[in-house]
Amino acid sequence: MLSKLFFGYFAVIMVALSLLVITRRNPVHSVLWMLVLFFHIAGLYLFLNAEFLAAVQVILYAGAILVLFLFVIMMLNIKVEITAERFIGEWPIGVALGLSILMLIYFTTSKLIQGPAGQFSIEAIKAETHTKALGKVLYTEYLFPFEIASLILLIAIVGAIVLAKKRG
Amino acid sequence: MNIFGLFDGLIGMQGSLALNILIIIVKIAVVVGITMLHVAYATYFERKVIGHMQVRLGPMRVGPHGILQPIADGIKLFFKEDIVPDGADKPVFKIAPIIPVFAALSSLAVIPFFEGFVIADINIGLLYILAMSSLGAYGIVMSGWSSNSKYSFLGGLRSSAQVISYEIAIGLSLVGVMIMAGSLSLNDIVKAQQQHWHGMYLIPQFIAYFVFLVAAFAETNRAPFDLPEAESELVAGYFVEYSGMRFALFYAAEYMGMIIMSSIAVVCFWGGWTMPPVITNAVPAIKMVPGIVWFVGKVYFHIFLYYWIRATLPRYRYDQLMALGWKVLIPLALANIVVTAIVKFMS
Amino acid sequence: MVPLNWYIGLSAVIFVIGMVGFIVRKNILIMLMSIELMLNSVNISLVAFSHYLQDLRGQVFVFFIITVAAAEAAIGLAILVALFKNKAAVHTDEIMEMKG
Repeated sequence: MLSKLFFGYFAVIMVALSLLVITRRNPVHSVLWMLVLFFHIAGLYLFLNAEFLAAVQVILYAGAILVLFLFVIMMLNIKVEITAERFIGEWPIGVALGLSILMLIYFTTSKLIQGPAGQFSIEAIKAETHTKALGKVLYTEYLFPFEIASLILLIAIVGAIVLAKKRG
Repeated sequence: MNIFGLFDGLIGMQGSLALNILIIIVKIAVVVGITMLHVAYATYFERKVIGHMQVRLGPMRVGPHGILQPIADGIKLFFKEDIVPDGADKPVFKIAPIIPVFAALSSLAVIPFFEGFVIADINIGLLYILAMSSLGAYGIVMSGWSSNSKYSFLGGLRSSAQVISYEIAIGLSLVGVMIMAGSLSLNDIVKAQQQHWHGMYLIPQFIAYFVFLVAAFAETNRAPFDLPEAESELVAGYFVEYSGMRFALFYAAEYMGMIIMSSIAVVCFWGGWTMPPVITNAVPAIKMVPGIVWFVGKVYFHIFLYYWIRATLPRYRYDQLMALGWKVLIPLALANIVVTAIVKFMS
Repeated sequence: MVPLNWYIGLSAVIFVIGMVGFIVRKNILIMLMSIELMLNSVNISLVAFSHYLQDLRGQVFVFFIITVAAAEAAIGLAILVALFKNKAAVHTDEIMEMKG
């Protein structure tokens, strides 16, 4: 009961926050609402026994990616932004499209059948600590994708520098 | 203990639920109260230390040797008018100073002050502290942007770039400690250091300690990396438009950040509340001294280091600052991780 | 115990909000943030699946998604800065050089 109450709180707040993120006129306010949203997502991860991911969520999303957004927004001219029209003229079509996709997801997930449970029960993870268990899977089974991820980051670094550099 | 275990512990024990919550609240009140007192007197300590280093006396008027100066300052700031500049983004302007204070205070929750005394011994303690310190950038960016002033905007831009860059160095320098201790829990890190004769990771991890110390100076915006404030060119940087209580919050957050960075340095590199086994084995009487004495002493040594360097070194230029962070500290920290991992793998 | 379907429902709603945000907003910054929203909603469902199926593979996936999101944000914002330098435009309807 208590856990359902917690989930209900998180769900309502998170949906409200994501609506705030996409409707604010001022992008700085959007970013700040998104910061609160990321904290709620981290809280939800704690709820799902994924404490390492909760910490990573705050460090990477809130601490790095969102600050990057804030940084870029600050360099743009905010005065023009506040007077301009927010939405495209055909916004009802977009909302209708979104609702139809929501219906589609509802119809498919209502027939969801849960698969067999794996070996990492809550007790097993607690005995080994979440960080260690996750690390073992990441560095054995997913070693090759991990290397590819590092390559993606390297390309992103080079790409960002090349794109944002002054020409000539 | 798992973070989830905290929930379980609170909810599971029906009979003693109220008692458990009461104990935690009392612990929080004690830690926050004592830290605030230390913050107040850290300002006094700074003025005295720098005063004497510059052959001055420092504050002398309020009380004997100016001992009541921080209280007088606090009362003065508390009763000053809270001015919100015209054209400022009011909600953002008002929230901005609260964020760094909140982040600093929540970091206190996982720091073990002495044997068995920690508000929440979570097993991702070090990551939690990194997460909280990464939030400090928000207060700076938000105050710089919302003040609608050129000086604070420039200060905010400089500071956020600086804080983000040096966060990487801090995180990487702590990885060496994580590898050696094999844990992210601060309690376990202190205990793991007792396994060695030297009792502190300062000796095998001296490169990491150097990187951490320099990055901690930059992260807390202290001299010689105090470009965001740069009182001689940007007036006071990102909080130039703040006054009264909100200014005091920024000021307190800076000192809290110093205390927390010093505490992490003590816990991760100086063996926390313990003394090296070499010394305790030679002189067993040292074990009688409560651990909090060593902890506070080590923290104050680091705080003194902050003041000493502020009184000694001139301010860095911005491009020098960025070059130091990206071209010296981060490669050093990465090399340290590689060497530490190889040594750990071999033994 | 919260049923798994609730998590999927929450994730789906946030995903759709992100998608609608991407479609209807003019500002490229908000569009990039909507992408982050969508990626986060997928993360929620993956962590929930991982918890309920007692398998850590879902969380490893979240790891990779966060990596890609970071790379995407860096590149996207770099493109935006380059665009702003050349055109001083952050709205999608202001960029119409190719219009016939």
